[in-house]
Amino acid sequence: MERHGHASYIVGFILAVVLTAIPFYLVYAHALPPSRTMYVIAAAAVLQILVHLRFFLHINFTTTPRENLLALAFTAVLLVLMVGGSFWIMIDLHSRMAI
Amino acid sequence: MFGKLTLDALPLYSAIAAGGAAVTVGGALLVFIVITWLGAWKYLWTEWFTSVDHKRIGVMYIVLALIMLLRGFVDAIMMRAQQAMALNSGGYLPPEHFDQIFSSHGTIMIFFMAMPFMTGLLNIAVPLQIGTRDVAFPFLNSLSLWLSAAGAGLVMASLVIGKFSTAGWTGYPPYSGIEYSPGVGVDYWIWALLISGIGSTLTGINFVVTILKRRAPGMTLMRMTPFTWTALCTSVLMIFAFPALTVACGMLALDRLLGMHFFTNELGGNMMNYANLFWIWGHPEVYILILPAFGVFSEVVATFCKKRLFGYESLVYATAAIAILSFTVWLHHFFTMGSSASVNAFFGITTMVIAVPTGVKVFNWLLTMYRGRITFHPSMLWTVGFIVTFVIGGMTGVLLAMPPADFLMHNTTFLVAHFHNMIIPGVLFGYLAGYMYWFPKAFGFRMNEPWGIAAFWFWIVGFYLAFMPLYVLGFMGMPRRMEQYNDPTWQPWLIAASMGAVLILIGIGCLVVQLAVSIRDRRKTLDVTGDPYDGRTLEWATASPPPPYNFAVLPQVRDREPLLDMKERGVAWQRPRAYEDIEIPKNSAVGVVMGGLAFVLGFAMVWQIWWLVIACGLAMWVALAFRASDDESEFRLSAAEVARIEDARYRAMGIRT
Amino acid sequence: MNANVTAVPAHDEPEGAGVHEQRALGFWLYLMSDAAIFALLFMTYGIMVGNTAGGPSGKALFNLNNAALETALLLVSSTTFGFASLASKGGSRSAVLSWLLVTFVLGAGFIFLEIREFLGMIRAGAGPDRSGFLSAFFTLVGTHGTHVSFGLVWILILGGQVLFKGLTVPVTSRLFRLGLFWHFLDIAWVGIFSVVYLPGLL
Repeated sequence: MERHGHASYIVGFILAVVLTAIPFYLVYAHALPPSRTMYVIAAAAVLQILVHLRFFLHINFTTTPRENLLALAFTAVLLVLMVGGSFWIMIDLHSRMAI
Repeated sequence: MFGKLTLDALPLYSAIAAGGAAVTVGGALLVFIVITWLGAWKYLWTEWFTSVDHKRIGVMYIVLALIMLLRGFVDAIMMRAQQAMALNSGGYLPPEHFDQIFSSHGTIMIFFMAMPFMTGLLNIAVPLQIGTRDVAFPFLNSLSLWLSAAGAGLVMASLVIGKFSTAGWTGYPPYSGIEYSPGVGVDYWIWALLISGIGSTLTGINFVVTILKRRAPGMTLMRMTPFTWTALCTSVLMIFAFPALTVACGMLALDRLLGMHFFTNELGGNMMNYANLFWIWGHPEVYILILPAFGVFSEVVATFCKKRLFGYESLVYATAAIAILSFTVWLHHFFTMGSSASVNAFFGITTMVIAVPTGVKVFNWLLTMYRGRITFHPSMLWTVGFIVTFVIGGMTGVLLAMPPADFLMHNTTFLVAHFHNMIIPGVLFGYLAGYMYWFPKAFGFRMNEPWGIAAFWFWIVGFYLAFMPLYVLGFMGMPRRMEQYNDPTWQPWLIAASMGAVLILIGIGCLVVQLAVSIRDRRKTLDVTGDPYDGRTLEWATASPPPPYNFAVLPQVRDREPLLDMKERGVAWQRPRAYEDIEIPKNSAVGVVMGGLAFVLGFAMVWQIWWLVIACGLAMWVALAFRASDDESEFRLSAAEVARIEDARYRAMGIRT
Repeated sequence: MNANVTAVPAHDEPEGAGVHEQRALGFWLYLMSDAAIFALLFMTYGIMVGNTAGGPSGKALFNLNNAALETALLLVSSTTFGFASLASKGGSRSAVLSWLLVTFVLGAGFIFLEIREFLGMIRAGAGPDRSGFLSAFFTLVGTHGTHVSFGLVWILILGGQVLFKGLTVPVTSRLFRLGLFWHFLDIAWVGIFSVVYLPGLL
């Protein structure tokens, strides 16, 4: 298994705190219009997930086994298909069928 | 104390229902008595029920599948009989009973016949084909088997205690919600699916890890057998599709049990989300079923045409393409439910596109047969029958893929004919071909061929007679699932269809006779070498049946057809210079015990016997924690013992030891 | 299969380096299937967030401080589990046990806050049976909480194994998989506060 010390977790923790504090603060203070805030929340979430993957789960392109990376990528693709497809279908139905 | 369970749950309200219960209970008692009379309980427990050996587990899966084939077929012939006679009459089945029958028919055939049959074939063949000793997680393999059996048990229990669902095999709310289906039927259905669904997800994980991590040295991905490729893709699909079913059924259960509003009419439910979630699972599910069947056909064609499979790479890419595309078509199951033209068009196009890779495969099989030296083993007959018949079904599928056409034929018998035209010649013929093909490997003697050929002809002629009329009826406007009707022009076709069902019944009879005769004549058809067909792939290098460790020495693979390569180099069945100790997983009772607990848990959930739910739930977690803490789950077979087993085999083959 | 076999119990080292990798991959694939379940629960929440049926919406029910506290507890617990992982690689049994204990306390704190939140909502007539929105909320957040609870039980069991068996290869490889599970749950929580609590309180 790879060598990674406390640094990885501490850096990850600090980055995660920052990426959590920003969206929480924006909501707390209503500092931006809601739609802008939503973009920041989304971006911070995506980034924080990447931080968790990299600094806590130690996913990287050198030591992580190829099958695990492929599984993660495949999952991501499928989730986009399933969730994205579902949103398209259900929003479309909502506008046409009021459901 | 017993929740909702009272004596009223016994099916004494109808002679037919009582008859069904009597046959179920009687059959179970008969099996119990015979086993006791033979004194075979200890043998069954130690050699089979607690086994974690993939070969034993595979056989048990197929036994389950064949029993449930009979059970599901009883539903089929009852429906055909009812529809043949119910012109302006009630027939012999009241509507509520008929509704249970079509619901259980679909549920049983998909979940408890096709899935176990497929998993059984995967278990028997894949580890042998990739040259490994067992799957990655032998205990989980056993657990998956017994969870599937628990689900099947719940469906069987519904024949005796309570009723089954009347909501179809798809269980759409709000009809399947607590308001419109207040009885226990839908609950039996939900828990049978949730429990066996966990088993399927675990199987998917097991086989992906096995195939990716346990191949013999030298076996690159592009040297795997086509069946193993389809097993890999199917296993990936199982991992990612079953979550959607879990979510759909789980939410339905929450609605029914805790009064939630995922799919209710009022208070903010969204019933279309059920259809959406169910079919996100449902479409990949049919590819989960068909891909291994395609894999079997690839193996059978190469073996019985004595030719290298044509277009291996394109077959691999086609399989992978089908797997991914299977997640892009699901809306075609509900074109008519109000989506806009753009949405329907998108999914219609993806549905047509997914037919293309299958077409590629058909050409590959045909081109393999071209200029081959063909032996018409029964498996080859199933294959040729499949190629002709499945293509017809595929074409009707492309027809249905056009939303405007589907608007006319959705939920008519045209649709019923289409999907049976895919599943019977595709899935079932494929699995029967695999069953007859690998039977000698599993048991050490060959199957009787004349009865296998007879079974094939009755099945295929019966299939055409039973289902082609349904295409016609669909065009004539007959909806599916009809308990009675008043259009006299439909009846002749329905009578013809029922004749087809009778032919299939005879075909099933031939399968039963084939098995009995094969067992009776086994000493005359012994497979001494382990290679009854002059095979080309690794499973034929082992003894029939293989020893617990499969290969005494793991093979070095240099070619896509490793055994053929070894034969051509003159090194097949060469005795190794030395043997080593081999570690073998110990048997475990935890799998079968957890299956039993899961069955009781499901039953308790259905009847809302809460103390029993909690007790079983806790017991299952304790058993699992116990097993997961076990560090001594293997034992060592000494090299001397391995040598003894191998030498006995070489002597039987006439090779000097 | 067991007849005529000379059986010698194997020692508790697994048969080769492959076993840990196989189990890690298998567990990772299970997590991917779990990700699919969560994704579909998120999707359901997304399409039902407006189905309040005349009842309360997130604005009325959610509490930003509570969500922030839960987030902090879980994030710190992820870090402390990371320290437990490092200690296990370093071979220090007592450090592993200490960090596991801290992780457990933080995780238990998270569950306590969540149960308190749920009970409060139910008592206020905003239980999962009040509306489709609330059904989706309780199921999504509750599924995550259920996973965390199972994780807590698992921490206890593995803590016991570390205590009584020491940091053997099977035990450390189980710790590794528990770590995958625990970090995955924190990722799911990032999704939950980003999709449920923050937008709900905007």
